[in-house]
Amino acid sequence: MDFLQPSSWDDALAARAERPDALPIAGGTDVMVELNFDRRRPGALLDLTRVPELREWTLADGVVRLGAGVPYARVIGELGDRLPGLAMAARTVGSPQIRARGTVGGNLGSASPAGDAHPPLLAAGAQVELVSAARGARRVPVADFFAGVKRSVLEPDELIAAVLVPEAAGPQQYCKVGTRNAMVIAVSAFALALHPDRQEVGTGIGSAAPTPRRAPEAGQFLAGELNWAARTPLPETLAAEFGRRVADAASPIDDVRGSAAYRRHSLAVMARRAATWAWDDLRRAA
Amino acid sequence: MRVTTTVNGTERTADDVWPGESLLFLLRERLGLPGAKNACEQGECGSCTVYLDGEPVCACLVAAGQATGREVTTVEGLAEGGRLHPVQEAFVEAGAVQCGFCTPGLVVMASDLLERVPEPSDPEIREALAGNLCRCTGYEKILDAVRLAAARQAAR
Repeated sequence: MDFLQPSSWDDALAARAERPDALPIAGGTDVMVELNFDRRRPGALLDLTRVPELREWTLADGVVRLGAGVPYARVIGELGDRLPGLAMAARTVGSPQIRARGTVGGNLGSASPAGDAHPPLLAAGAQVELVSAARGARRVPVADFFAGVKRSVLEPDELIAAVLVPEAAGPQQYCKVGTRNAMVIAVSAFALALHPDRQEVGTGIGSAAPTPRRAPEAGQFLAGELNWAARTPLPETLAAEFGRRVADAASPIDDVRGSAAYRRHSLAVMARRAATWAWDDLRRAA
Repeated sequence: MRVTTTVNGTERTADDVWPGESLLFLLRERLGLPGAKNACEQGECGSCTVYLDGEPVCACLVAAGQATGREVTTVEGLAEGGRLHPVQEAFVEAGAVQCGFCTPGLVVMASDLLERVPEPSDPEIREALAGNLCRCTGYEKILDAVRLAAARQAAR
């Protein structure tokens, strides 16, 4: 095995193109587990922690361009106001040690259906920026990024450069079910983003389908029923119906962490609560 | 491959490092620093917590090569001039050590907490130590030790 350690983005892309057998590593919180347990023996590790461009975030035209190598701890500390849903999800990741190292880019690279960052990125309508030395950059909506369990549309010669997340135009929520408050792989998770500027409701479901996915029908239903102009209270029956429709959008399985039935039930509860909390926040802000 | 990194203030070099090897293996098996413990090897237990460039991390999840040119501080580097770190002292006095396997990681995490938050609330202590497991279940004494170290630090 080789250890490749580029110190610039161009060198990283060149290394990626030359070595399709290389496994990119950033915070190591997924990759090192696979190495420690002999689950994977790549031809090389491609260490991305020396690439300065990956560790920056910038703001332009209301969109945060979050470098793939920014760790969760910095998302929490620096972006809680602009990307509240993602920051809430970041707070539930692992432990302080994990949040210091783990990155949103790495979460996307692993493409686990249980990845904590994915539901809020789906709800916010984020895009992933993928770059190859040969073909340059392309942007893929997060909703189109995941291709199956732990699979994505990332090509063997591409690296994840950044994720582009619109600044929150309204309240966002994130809910996650697990057995304790730390070190939990989600049993189920749900993210919601209210977009009062265009009267839309963004959704994201985690750990309840082969990939993270949205609940577009449920979001359209709620957006159509809400009184955006007068911002009247959200009726309990409406919130509950939204919850049912979110649960219907999932296709969960029974596994060691929970049953399919529990995942559906918990999704309905989380979606009802998230919608109520977010709508109440919006009413208070008026 | 060769890895050169600064450990507890001293530049250290190891040869024949396997590229997939963890910083934890490097520290324990090549540099003779067994303070950080090897338990879960998946970031779940916190027993291998060390500082990397001033930030507490699980050494089992850092590739050894990623530590090249960085500063690592292990639990062995906390005591100064033969005098225990205040957190270590408090762990001894509060009886926060049972089998001792989780202790190095907890001491590093607690020392980091008290550097950042001199007078932490109980929820802040719990949050800071959430990634460190004690299978003797001695958590109450551990919390006592952190409170004691914080109180002493505040009194100084």
